[in-house]
Amino acid sequence: MEPPAEHVHWLFATGFLLLALCLLARAIVGAEVWDRRAWRAYLWPSLLFGLGILMWPVMVFFTNSTIHMVAHGAWAQTMMLAGAAELGLVRGKLHSRAWHLALPLALAVSGIAILVHEQNGWLFARAAFLHHVLGWTALVGAIFTLLGVLQPRRRIWATGLALTLVLISVFLYSDRDVAPIFGHLSERAGVPHR
Amino acid sequence: MSTQLISERAAERTRSARARAVGLLGPLTMLGGVAWAFLQPYRITLLHPHGEGFWWLVVEPPLLVVAVGIVFALFVAPGLIEDLQED
Repeated sequence: MEPPAEHVHWLFATGFLLLALCLLARAIVGAEVWDRRAWRAYLWPSLLFGLGILMWPVMVFFTNSTIHMVAHGAWAQTMMLAGAAELGLVRGKLHSRAWHLALPLALAVSGIAILVHEQNGWLFARAAFLHHVLGWTALVGAIFTLLGVLQPRRRIWATGLALTLVLISVFLYSDRDVAPIFGHLSERAGVPHR
Repeated sequence: MSTQLISERAAERTRSARARAVGLLGPLTMLGGVAWAFLQPYRITLLHPHGEGFWWLVVEPPLLVVAVGIVFALFVAPGLIEDLQED
């Protein structure tokens, strides 16, 4: 009764889209207004933490090689770390602003893990293309978040992060098990299906 | 007209523009999902459910996008706009 891998990507895309909308709204109104209601202050870090937890069953049930498993494990850990750090800051248990660096770290580790564990070239199949483009997008997102930590008053970095997550969501929704990309599909990728 | 009044009106305009932007996020997301459904109707398996498995019927990306827009528009945006206008 396991869902196909592409469906798991689409479900995660939905989580990232909701996270992106929250962060975009937060960038528009500013952190002070966003955090005025306690539940809202906890919302996006909880979503991130939850996505990290849900990555563990993906690692256990959907990975078919060691490097694949390690990559998914790295995403699970860094997403949970970033979510937990932000939750700790909101709750007041953590005080140092340096904890905000957990988010760029999560995106950088995720981006590198995606790029490293994809063994095929860009046009091998759609999944390979999406791995490459997702990896580089996550690294760009890491730069936005790092600049956001260094310059918290500039909303452009927070907006950049939110739009990066929208892109990540679109890429995850585009995933298919075996499908061509721009008309290219390696004969070693397998038989394409819907 | 005093400079204080001018700056208050400018701040009010900024607040209302932000409120409009937040109010539009949900509907625009829903619109994106609906547009996607029209562009790729085969991704809505409910339109041709015969022979489809459980997951293909439950996980339908355009409908998930519409659902995210609805959740945001109903549960997040109203309170946020209220807080923005009280600011």
